[in-house]
Amino acid sequence: MSPDAERQHRISPARVLDLDPLLDDPATRIVVCCGSGGVGKTTTAAALGLRAAERGRKVVVLTIDPARRLAQSMGIDSLDNTPRRVKGVEGAGELHAMMLDMKRTFDEIVEAHADPARASAILGNPFYQSLSAGFAGTQEYMAMEKLGQLRARDEWDLIVVDTPPSRSALDFLDAPKRLGSFLDGRLIRLLTAPAKLGGRAGMKFLNVGMSMMTGTLGKLLGGQLLKDVQTFISAMDTTFGGFRTRADATYKLLQAPGTAFLVVAAPERDALREAAYFVERLAAEDMPLAGLVLNRVHGSGAARLSAERALAAAEDLDHASDRPAENLEEARIVDQEDGKAGVRNSPDTDGSSGSPTSDPTVPQLTAGLLRLHAERMQLLSREQRTRDRFTALHPEVAVAEVAALPGDVHDLAGLRDIGARLAAGRPELPQTAEE
Amino acid sequence: MSRLQVVSGKGGTGKTTVAAALALALADEGKRTLLVEVEGRQGIAQLFETEALPYEERKIAVAPGGGEVYALAIDPELALLDYLQMFYKLGGAGRALKKLGAIDFATTIAPGLRDVLLTGKACEAVRRKEKSGRFAYDYVVMDAPPTGRITRFLNVNDEVAGLAKIGPIHNQAQAVMRVLKSPETAVHLVTLLEEMPVQETADGIAELRAAKLPVGRVIVNMVRPEVLDAAELELVRGTARSSFAQTLSAAGLGGARRGGHAERLVDPLLAQAEEYAERYALEHEQRAVLGELGLPLHELPLLAEGMDLAGLYQLAKELRKQGMS
Ligand SMILES: Nc1ncnc2c1ncn2[C@@H]1O[C@H](COP(=O)(O)OP(=O)(O)OP(=O)(O)O)[C@@H](O)[C@H]1O
Ligand SMILES: Nc1ncnc2c1ncn2[C@@H]1O[C@H](COP(=O)(O)OP(=O)(O)OP(=O)(O)O)[C@@H](O)[C@H]1O
Ligand SMILES: [Mg+2]
Ligand SMILES: [Mg+2]
Repeated sequence: MSPDAERQHRISPARVLDLDPLLDDPATRIVVCCGSGGVGKTTTAAALGLRAAERGRKVVVLTIDPARRLAQSMGIDSLDNTPRRVKGVEGAGELHAMMLDMKRTFDEIVEAHADPARASAILGNPFYQSLSAGFAGTQEYMAMEKLGQLRARDEWDLIVVDTPPSRSALDFLDAPKRLGSFLDGRLIRLLTAPAKLGGRAGMKFLNVGMSMMTGTLGKLLGGQLLKDVQTFISAMDTTFGGFRTRADATYKLLQAPGTAFLVVAAPERDALREAAYFVERLAAEDMPLAGLVLNRVHGSGAARLSAERALAAAEDLDHASDRPAENLEEARIVDQEDGKAGVRNSPDTDGSSGSPTSDPTVPQLTAGLLRLHAERMQLLSREQRTRDRFTALHPEVAVAEVAALPGDVHDLAGLRDIGARLAAGRPELPQTAEE
Repeated sequence: MSRLQVVSGKGGTGKTTVAAALALALADEGKRTLLVEVEGRQGIAQLFETEALPYEERKIAVAPGGGEVYALAIDPELALLDYLQMFYKLGGAGRALKKLGAIDFATTIAPGLRDVLLTGKACEAVRRKEKSGRFAYDYVVMDAPPTGRITRFLNVNDEVAGLAKIGPIHNQAQAVMRVLKSPETAVHLVTLLEEMPVQETADGIAELRAAKLPVGRVIVNMVRPEVLDAAELELVRGTARSSFAQTLSAAGLGGARRGGHAERLVDPLLAQAEEYAERYALEHEQRAVLGELGLPLHELPLLAEGMDLAGLYQLAKELRKQGMS
């Protein structure tokens, strides 16, 4: 066995993540799917939600910015910011799904906390409008907020949460607090209401600085913006009871028993580096990590044939494309019963194409197949190297691998398939016979 | 050739890589290019395998064409201080502002301000001249925000008009817009041959055009080699497995008999060919969609060994060969 093939056979992750027990356990109330951008968080969240429902639980999935076709297939493409029951779910459970509308979520908070007159003043405030339409951290804040609301309704026994697209998985944890602190912060108060500090002796120096500062900022930003911010903050203050407090409360939910985190990553350097940061952070926060979902892993049913050998053989074939092949008769016999599903070549092509070995294109085509294989093997070893690096850093993290599918995932059947792969924990590959 | 080359694209498609390769490609003998980063992620430093870049233009490479590449990571806080200094002569008070977090505050409540500062700095580098009258940089290449934000980012003028209706910042924004909306600028989009990035590219181009921003070229990145073409894939499907088994065997990969090594390779190799065929068809469709955009297309290969400095130079050479410089 070549060293290359040996590497492929080694069991890479320390532990295989077993997801069904987690989904089935009535004590599991919240599953959060985190990870860096584009790795498959939304797909994983939807697939797990479907699987848990089909295994009998009453589930709600909170998705964020799902691809349009996926949203349509779940019937949640109309943005009404409440969970809708998904049709086509098999089995005893229920799946409800929704797509987060951050502006609407924010508006609802305002409406719930302020009397109508004040609420409409806040909703009309220009600063509020830019804040709710997409400030740094608003989406994360509102995702947390929505999670808190769904949990408080207590209508579902499992909530699966997708997290906003962002470069870093850590943003989901940090952005709400950052936004909360910013809105509640001393600075924003000083800047927006320096007059209040008037008489306090110790603040005198600061106050001079402040008025210079608000002056400068006013010139810079336009005085109106500062006024808008000030009006907004004071309107919110009396009704809302603090952004930071609220962010802290939902944060606690994430630390509560019954919450499990899944870190989703692709077997690529950047994504796994992010995943490692996130794993370390969860540990530091005492947040329970269920494991790593390694999504879009490549495999090969012919992993024992190394890239080098495949390329060498392809070259041989290029040079000797007219060499007659041996064992013609035997091969024909073999082929009689050999028409496995999944490969379109049918045994009866034998008859129509005449003697296969006399066809000069077969060696070329075979060389092509070998080159494709070499490419695949190079990809595999690159993925293996990045995974090994992660495992070396975090041998304690259980891993579920999901194979890269050739097309994207946009319907219930596709989600069901991903769910099965997630639960199996290892990418399902074409069977290879033993050496 | 526009002197300000802006590189955008969907996240992760290779904006930073392509911007760096383009900066290398444009630096002919005797020329100087500046590669600017605006997102504070030190992607350029990582790519060039150097320590984090300060807020200062510094030489990071000699290009294959013999010219020099400089790099700058624009820090919006420091850029704002620069401006305040320039317009209000703040002195030490500027530092106090920073210490109190006021700068952070200002750029947070007015994200448009941040973009004015970033684009402003880049445009300043484009216009800057040496005493001799020669431009300080022949080209400025910007590793820009992703497609979803690029139009708004470059079009800050509108935002700023609402924020700072008069005054130096306002004037500054206007000057920046004059550069950005002129042929001095070209906005390129990086994409992959996949549905979502291609869709985003098409949407992004429509937005840029609607905002009257100059669209440049489309760079298809990470293109995989064509190992078998459509006709060959058809032939593969029509060929008996036994023929493949024999041919593999003839190439020294074991017995062609049932259960022999070569014979057992056939199924998995054909399965891989099917996957390839599926992807090939998808890529074909996406190429067609890109073809309809009516923009020059360039293709950069997927580097099988991953990115490193040598790979970056290879991509730069490829861009030169394709006439992008
Ligand atoms: N195992 C897989 N095989 C093939 N395609 C996949 C797989 N997992 C996800 N995809 C596809 O990849 C794309 C991105 O997936 P998804 O939207 O779930 O990522 P995300 O992490 O939520 O992205 P974002 O950070 O933008 O929210 C989708 O088109 C999805 O269908
Ligand atoms: N042609 C290529 N061949 C192989 N790898 C590539 C190629 N182009 C880019 N990459 C790799 O793909 C990844 C993403 O590239 P890059 O960081 O340039 O993208 P980006 O668009 O700037 O990402 P972001 O949106 O996160 O800023 C990097 O790991 C990079 O090394
Ligand atoms: Mg998503
Ligand atoms: Mg980048």
